[in-house]
Amino acid sequence: MNRWKIIEEKIFIALSAIATYSLIAVLGLIIVIVFVKGFNALSLDMVIKTPKGGYYYGGEGGVLNAIVGSIYIAFGATLIAIVLGMPAALFLNVHLVRHKKTQETIRYLLDVLWGIPSIVYGAFGFTLMLFFGLNASLLAGIITVALLVTPIMVRTFDEVLSTIPRGLHEASLALGSTKAETSYKVMLKQGFSGFITAALLAFGRGIGDAASVLFTAGYTDLIPVNLDEPAATLPLAIFFQLGSPIPEVRERAYAASTILTIIILIISLSARFLSNRYSKTNIK
Amino acid sequence: MTNNPTDTQVIQDCTILSIRNLNVHAGNHHILKDINLEIPKNRITVLLGPSGCGKTTLLKCMNKLTDLYRELKVTGNIFIEDDDILNTSKNIPSIRQKMGLLSQRPYPLPVSIYKNVAYGIKLKGIRDRKLIDYNVEKHLKEVGLWNEVKDRLHSPATSLSIGQQQRLCLARGLAVKPRIILADEPTSALDPISSKIIENLFRNLKENYTIILVTHVLRQAIRLADHVIFMYNGEIIEQGTPDELFNNPKSEKLKEYMVEGN
Ligand SMILES: Nc1ncnc2c1ncn2[C@@H]1O[C@H](COP(=O)(O)OP(=O)(O)OP(=O)(O)O)[C@@H](O)[C@H]1O
Ligand SMILES: [Mg+2]
Repeated sequence: MNRWKIIEEKIFIALSAIATYSLIAVLGLIIVIVFVKGFNALSLDMVIKTPKGGYYYGGEGGVLNAIVGSIYIAFGATLIAIVLGMPAALFLNVHLVRHKKTQETIRYLLDVLWGIPSIVYGAFGFTLMLFFGLNASLLAGIITVALLVTPIMVRTFDEVLSTIPRGLHEASLALGSTKAETSYKVMLKQGFSGFITAALLAFGRGIGDAASVLFTAGYTDLIPVNLDEPAATLPLAIFFQLGSPIPEVRERAYAASTILTIIILIISLSARFLSNRYSKTNIK
Repeated sequence: MTNNPTDTQVIQDCTILSIRNLNVHAGNHHILKDINLEIPKNRITVLLGPSGCGKTTLLKCMNKLTDLYRELKVTGNIFIEDDDILNTSKNIPSIRQKMGLLSQRPYPLPVSIYKNVAYGIKLKGIRDRKLIDYNVEKHLKEVGLWNEVKDRLHSPATSLSIGQQQRLCLARGLAVKPRIILADEPTSALDPISSKIIENLFRNLKENYTIILVTHVLRQAIRLADHVIFMYNGEIIEQGTPDELFNNPKSEKLKEYMVEGN
């Protein structure tokens, strides 16, 4: 190798390394800043109490209402995303295997859905809500967030399914399995880690989104016990508190952010753990 | 049989599968050209031919895996026990169960060793646990794998060596009780010893099954074949007994192939 090539190589390696590590640094920075700013306000009360009177002016209480509301909404939406998304992704990969054009079109449309900003889903959910005469409620929030996360669920699971070797698919059919057996006994099994990842990704996206629940879920200091009651959410709790003129309240916004970040970290870690666990029998 | 495939004359009751005027097109590409052949029952038929001549495609027509490829247009007749599987209203899974497939590389299901074989058994509608256990053992013994795996039946199938996986796939296929085994270069990914094991299995299995074997290894073909079909560029050039084809090849193509294959 001549000298220039060696230098060129070094520059490229250095640039790539800088790009990679600065991304990690940004992640670290976000977590640190949120933690540091919220640390003072972070207390057990934050996670086990609902807001008491005057909470938003620095009074007693916590954001348990928002934590529970967010978990309910994300959980409900993920459930819907699974019920719709799992069969859809399997259908796309097993039944439509000979229809490449249809497959491509559906994937493209799902990608478009994925790319639509969540405020648009919020607006759409709001329209639906009015149309059906619903109030801003847990149910309306769940449905809207489900619309937002289902494309994510389908496409993520689909990406994994589409990497399954064609030979395995054919081996299953050659044994005389039906398409349903091939889908649910072979492809789902082989793609199960991808399925878990997809579901948790949907959950993470759902729990963190503010715009889709802004008009649809409402906001309340109470913990919802029914689907037709309004529900508070962490992103909105952060939003409202951050807008407060009172420094203690703004601090609590960071504490709530910390809680949300921790929930999301837990979700990602479990995704990793579970997908490793379920891919043990996978063929390579 | 003569080298002219259109006027082959085979005694009806020893033919298990026959193909008439089979053509496969992919767009303008004529992949299989007017294939006519008979597969003798309880024999090993070897399909020979250079890469890309259409052997895999021919096997895929037999178990209707061509259905997965929209671009492939298949016409003609394939009779298995008097059913024309290309033009039948019977359900496809039941047709496919008449054939077991062994591919170039083994594809065990992503479950345990035991469950791989049990899967095939359950496809036949057997639900009784004891019966499943009994059959799992029987089929694993049939492929000579039982002693190697009996202490780790519940480990992932992927923990086996490639040669063992190939035999596991064979056991799984046998569990479906096929009449015919379609083997597409089943030893090409295996070491010589595993290959020998598979070859010996085939010799024993032909008592109960009909085997159609695609291979690029001429010596393997010579060792195993009861009936040979030589293809070139989508056509059957010669078919007949090993003696006819290997000792007295008529076409230039086959002579060339034999020289290069050795
Ligand atoms: N789905 C398809 N679409 C288009 N062409 C195809 C398709 N499947 C096979 N072909 C073509 O048909 C021809 C025969 O392919 P096939 O795989 O049957 O060959 P083969 O004899 O099995 O070769 P090899 O010994 O390398 O496995 C090849 O030219 C291939 O490109
Ligand atoms: Mg081939």
